Amino acid sequence: MLEFDKVMLELYGFLAAWCAARSIPLIWLDLTVMIIAGLIMIGVLSLAALFLVWWERKVSAHLQDRLGPMRTGTHGVLQTLADGIKLLQKEDIVPSAADKRVYFWAPVVAFVAAYLAYIVIPFGKGLIARDLNIGILYIIAITSFTVISLLMAGWASNNKYALLGGMRSAAQIVSYEVPLTISVLGAVMLAGSLSMVDIVEAQGPYFWKWYWLPQILGFGIYFISATAEANRTPFDLPEAEQELVAGFNVEYSGMKFAMFFLAEFVNMFTISAIATTLFLGGWQPPLPGLAFIPSWIWFMGKTLFLVFVLMWFRWTYPRLRVDQLMNFAWKFLLPLAFLNLILTGLGVYFFG
Amino acid sequence: MNADYSIIGIFLLIGVGFVLVTFLIAGLLRPHRPGKVKLQSYECGEPSIGSSWIQYNVGYYIFALIFVIFDVEVVFLFPWAVAFRKLGLFALVEMFIFLAILIFGLVYAWKKGALRWV
Repeated sequence: MLEFDKVMLELYGFLAAWCAARSIPLIWLDLTVMIIAGLIMIGVLSLAALFLVWWERKVSAHLQDRLGPMRTGTHGVLQTLADGIKLLQKEDIVPSAADKRVYFWAPVVAFVAAYLAYIVIPFGKGLIARDLNIGILYIIAITSFTVISLLMAGWASNNKYALLGGMRSAAQIVSYEVPLTISVLGAVMLAGSLSMVDIVEAQGPYFWKWYWLPQILGFGIYFISATAEANRTPFDLPEAEQELVAGFNVEYSGMKFAMFFLAEFVNMFTISAIATTLFLGGWQPPLPGLAFIPSWIWFMGKTLFLVFVLMWFRWTYPRLRVDQLMNFAWKFLLPLAFLNLILTGLGVYFFG
Repeated sequence: MNADYSIIGIFLLIGVGFVLVTFLIAGLLRPHRPGKVKLQSYECGEPSIGSSWIQYNVGYYIFALIFVIFDVEVVFLFPWAVAFRKLGLFALVEMFIFLAILIFGLVYAWKKGALRWV
């Protein structure tokens, strides 16, 4: 089978020689490659979000014994596209009491914070925009910007529901950030590297050697905290439709609302992709004999399965109360994450 | 391994550019007919009483403070997690002492009632 990274290296070498023959500085080639990578990633994320919105509606419907969207296209596959075109034509209402500048930039921050994480996510062998050596630390730093966008939206709307939603989500995301960061450390200790590619390669093509088994505690803590980070049910208090109408984005309409919506689905995909990379072997096949299936199919399959689990959560668990939410983060998950860290340290020292 | 971070700046520009271009296209397509009632803050149909920019529940503030302490200290664990295989027993024991201080801080905050939601 063709190795994607080798093809890319060949192509890059060819183009570099082409540039050298015409005495064009190499920096322009690097710049072009990076811009193309960025545009491809925008396309991939938009498609993924289109698909995930439709999928969420179908999964919800079928779990509730309904059919879901059926009219636009076969089984409603074009429904999200139709919704997107509708949102594009919707009037953009900015409340006269709002802080206009912050109100405008909040959806931009939300989308960019979600999008920047994709520099270091390895979709397959060699399918990565740039393998930064601080990989996972970079992701944790970048995804924290989501809180700022929610706070900006909640504050700038000058609406009581929006402010309550924004404050709640800030308190929630900030609380779950701590156990999430500590649970990620377990996988970092086993791999001995922060780079996403190194972590995947350290796990190898045997499913019992992936880190979900030695890090079963860490995997659980990560997935629960990440669900809370993405404001998904049962941790969707910031958006609680029944009490806060929609939380931080209640005043938003048209394309600005669509950006928040897009960022939310991109975030859902991000947390599943990180869980796949750290604990489920990334693009590695479960057995070496299955390596004939391309690596990106393994990655997408595992990630979409985790996304499905997130949707499953939504129709299985009722929403938590806000004090239960905070107690669960600080008094249960955080001590457990410390325990996991100590056990992993001892385990690696004595057995690794 | 690559320590060239220039791609982050380029992705940042592309991301911001994508959102702004989308807003621009939407701005060309959508109607724009603002009205006094339409631009009111939404509060389930009732006229809104007072601004929502008021001083807010201190409970959130205490959680933010505890978060800052823990998150900054967790960042110190990252270099250790990468390198502790090479550093041996000394680094392991040293980091357990550091963790003990962190856990002591958590227990202190817990006993003081800082983690109680009010």
